[in-house]
Amino acid sequence: MVAYNAHMTIDDDKVYKALADSSRRQLLDRLHQQGGLTLSELCEQQDMTRQAVSKHLALLEAANLVATVKRGREKLHYLNAVPINDIYMRWIGKFEQKQVQALFNLKQALKEDHHDET
Amino acid sequence: MMKPELIYTTYIRTTPEKLWHAITNPEFTRQYWGGNENVSDWIPGAKWAHISGDEQRAARIIGQVVESVPPKRLVLTWADPADEADISRVTFQIESVDDEVRLDVIHGDFRPGSDMVNKVSGGWPRVLSSLKSFLETGKALKSASCAAKHAATEALV
Repeated sequence: MVAYNAHMTIDDDKVYKALADSSRRQLLDRLHQQGGLTLSELCEQQDMTRQAVSKHLALLEAANLVATVKRGREKLHYLNAVPINDIYMRWIGKFEQKQVQALFNLKQALKEDHHDET
Repeated sequence: MMKPELIYTTYIRTTPEKLWHAITNPEFTRQYWGGNENVSDWIPGAKWAHISGDEQRAARIIGQVVESVPPKRLVLTWADPADEADISRVTFQIESVDDEVRLDVIHGDFRPGSDMVNKVSGGWPRVLSSLKSFLETGKALKSASCAAKHAATEALV
């Protein structure tokens, strides 16, 4: 049981560390928009060097936030949201879910109103 | 191979045999996949269906078994019974990695213009989180199975 918990903590730590960087979150945002991108495609529209993007991708892959598939000589990258869902489910239980969603919707609606005014 | 649209990976502390069973056994699928059962003989060419576990036995998703290599690889076609022509393809790949089992779910070959990809992209992470919890703790995530149920319903609209 202890081993199991320790194991989970290591996995979770990787996910949190991977998410704690705005460049890596940008890469995830890009993959959320469009899956199956190569390293070169991911380097477009980024202020980072190819080497930096490659390093960030390796970290995201190690945290299992990015899944990859090989197609010929290319490596395609995809957002893997499963670990994020695991984290979400850890703290947001059955009864809270509706309330949290309602608050999120309210926040979005207020934001949109604000944009309309400005 | 066409470029797949969706790929999900999860690492589960279980055995490949148990994981295969969890995906193909109706009693198990019902517990973590929104109360729905996966039903088939699981041999190539056989039909399979994702049906509600209640009295209605309503088919949510239907298709055919394309490949079946227990406990390693399962390839299915995937369609909404209301629009059978809108077929896509789901591959489950199971592989032992150290003391864990890696599950890859690849959902691709969507028909041009199909919005199935949007319907399932939110649902798969929830189903796979719930599957992981089910196999590791013996309990599905209640909230996940509710959410997955919602997702399964969404996939029908």
